[in-house]
Amino acid sequence: MAKSIDVSDLNIYYGDFLAVEGVNMTIRARSVTAFIGPSGCGKSTFLRSLNRMHEVIPGARVEGKVMVDGQSLYDPGVDPVSVRRQIGMVFQRPNPFPTMSIYDNVLAGKRLNAKRMSKSESNDLVEKSLRGANLWTEVKDRLNKPGMGLSGGQQQRLCIARAIAVEPQVLLMDEPCSALDPISTSAIEDLIHELKSDYTIVIVTHNMQQAARVSDETGFFNLKATGEPGHLVEFNPTKKMFSNPDEESTEAYISGRFG
Amino acid sequence: MTDLTTTPSTSDALPLQAPSLPRYGTIAAIVFAIAVGALVSMVIGAGYVAALVIAWLVLVVALPLWSLAVEGGRKAVDRVATLLIWSTFGLAMIPLVSLIYTVISKGSGILSGQFFNNSMRNVLGEGGGIYHAIFGTLIVTALAAAISVPIGILTAIYLVEYGKGKKLARVITFLVDVMTGIPSIVAGLFAYALFVLIFGPGVRLGIGGSVALSVLMIPIVVRSSEEMLKLVPDELREASYALGVPKWRTIVKVVVPTAIAGIVTGVTLAIARVAGETAPLLIIAGFTTDTNLNPFSDRMTTLPVYIFQSIASPPGLYRQEYEDYAWGAALTLVTIVMLLNVLARVIGAVFAPKSGR
Repeated sequence: MAKSIDVSDLNIYYGDFLAVEGVNMTIRARSVTAFIGPSGCGKSTFLRSLNRMHEVIPGARVEGKVMVDGQSLYDPGVDPVSVRRQIGMVFQRPNPFPTMSIYDNVLAGKRLNAKRMSKSESNDLVEKSLRGANLWTEVKDRLNKPGMGLSGGQQQRLCIARAIAVEPQVLLMDEPCSALDPISTSAIEDLIHELKSDYTIVIVTHNMQQAARVSDETGFFNLKATGEPGHLVEFNPTKKMFSNPDEESTEAYISGRFG
Repeated sequence: MTDLTTTPSTSDALPLQAPSLPRYGTIAAIVFAIAVGALVSMVIGAGYVAALVIAWLVLVVALPLWSLAVEGGRKAVDRVATLLIWSTFGLAMIPLVSLIYTVISKGSGILSGQFFNNSMRNVLGEGGGIYHAIFGTLIVTALAAAISVPIGILTAIYLVEYGKGKKLARVITFLVDVMTGIPSIVAGLFAYALFVLIFGPGVRLGIGGSVALSVLMIPIVVRSSEEMLKLVPDELREASYALGVPKWRTIVKVVVPTAIAGIVTGVTLAIARVAGETAPLLIIAGFTTDTNLNPFSDRMTTLPVYIFQSIASPPGLYRQEYEDYAWGAALTLVTIVMLLNVLARVIGAVFAPKSGR
């Protein structure tokens, strides 16, 4: 599994408002790609356009091409539901389903899609996904307790387990650690390292150290000016980005001399 | 060099302490006010009500004045506001308590196995019961719920999940608002007109009563379900979409289960609200002294209609017996409605999402 994503000339609109302009990039398979940039520059919007989640907001649309493994995501015949089954997403705030137990939360993707599974199959899948998300040892004795009872960091790892249980090709993460303490953050960063061998991971983060720690490649988004659309300033291997970036504004942002 | 550090003088402490009335202050004021009220009314020879009013006036004036003298303006205003809130609460409780007291004291005497097991068939005077009316109420209300709950909940789902910002949704919302204001007698006339079209003039059917009640019930169910569905955070919907779950399954498996406690509570309260309707049922469900368990043929009596008929047109000789029946039926109806309210709370607590902490 794991697929690469090619983005060419992507413009993203909310109604008439152009939010992100002219993005070109190639996200490699089985690697971690990080997006950094100031708030409101369109990182999350761009991330959500990679699995057509931005369409949930009324009036949102895109122009341009997003190719996953040679198929265009925005062809008229493409079903956004099938896209989202292949490209999973983890959100900024942990959002386990409040009516479900930990066990059911992990299986939610399968169960909600009416997959019939035998008891042993589902047990295996739950254990595999929770182990994959580094949560198994903490919750294995209380799988039938509500998912909302876990701590914030555990809830976020539960959401990651839920996302990888449907075995997507790509995992999108929208600031997955911004609501978490350093220990939970470190647990999730370790997890990202492990998941890299099986998944293509795209992560949006405000934490530059985190981008430097976990990612192979980094994209820097910025606004041209207040009120102008966001755009991709630079896209390079993370090492180069943090030592010798091509653009002056990238260096200014990374070193904290921004604006 | 100017000295920027201002050393606080050690003598004056921070003004954290303020004088206040003693802890028994409020109670003392109330006792004082009641004493004054009793004394004055005794002197001028007035009754309990006058004593109570005088006591209240004394309390509203004396306690804030005392507070103003000791504690200052802010706390005095607080005491005035507190007094007014408690007073209005007490006023609001008077009719409720008096109603429940009257219904229980007048209605409990007649309750017996015979009262619950007999209908009014061939009864003149003693020996009658409300068996037929209880079942009439249960059947008519249950059918009304069966009609309006699906329509109401599905309408609410359309409004919240599909219709956001659409013209049709705005039209529906407007019509629901209009329906909320329909007088119940008009709902009864509507159902009567509808069934006259089908069965000819003079028709009386239990199901007609259900249709009339559902006209009243649908807007309540739509409104309460809509509010509950709006409370479900968008993050849960997005989490579900991100797992590749289609929209309709997201609604059925995530949104509705999350809101179900509130929806069930709203539905139960709507049922309790229409269970006491009289006017529309007088028109379309009619009145009978006999037990009729088939809502699709003939007249059907419900408790409110039974109460109305017992008071409005009793046989001349047995006025007293029929009044007793009416109070007994009223107590039964109030009990049914109260049980429904309790049930709503229990269901709400059972279905509520659990935190597990």
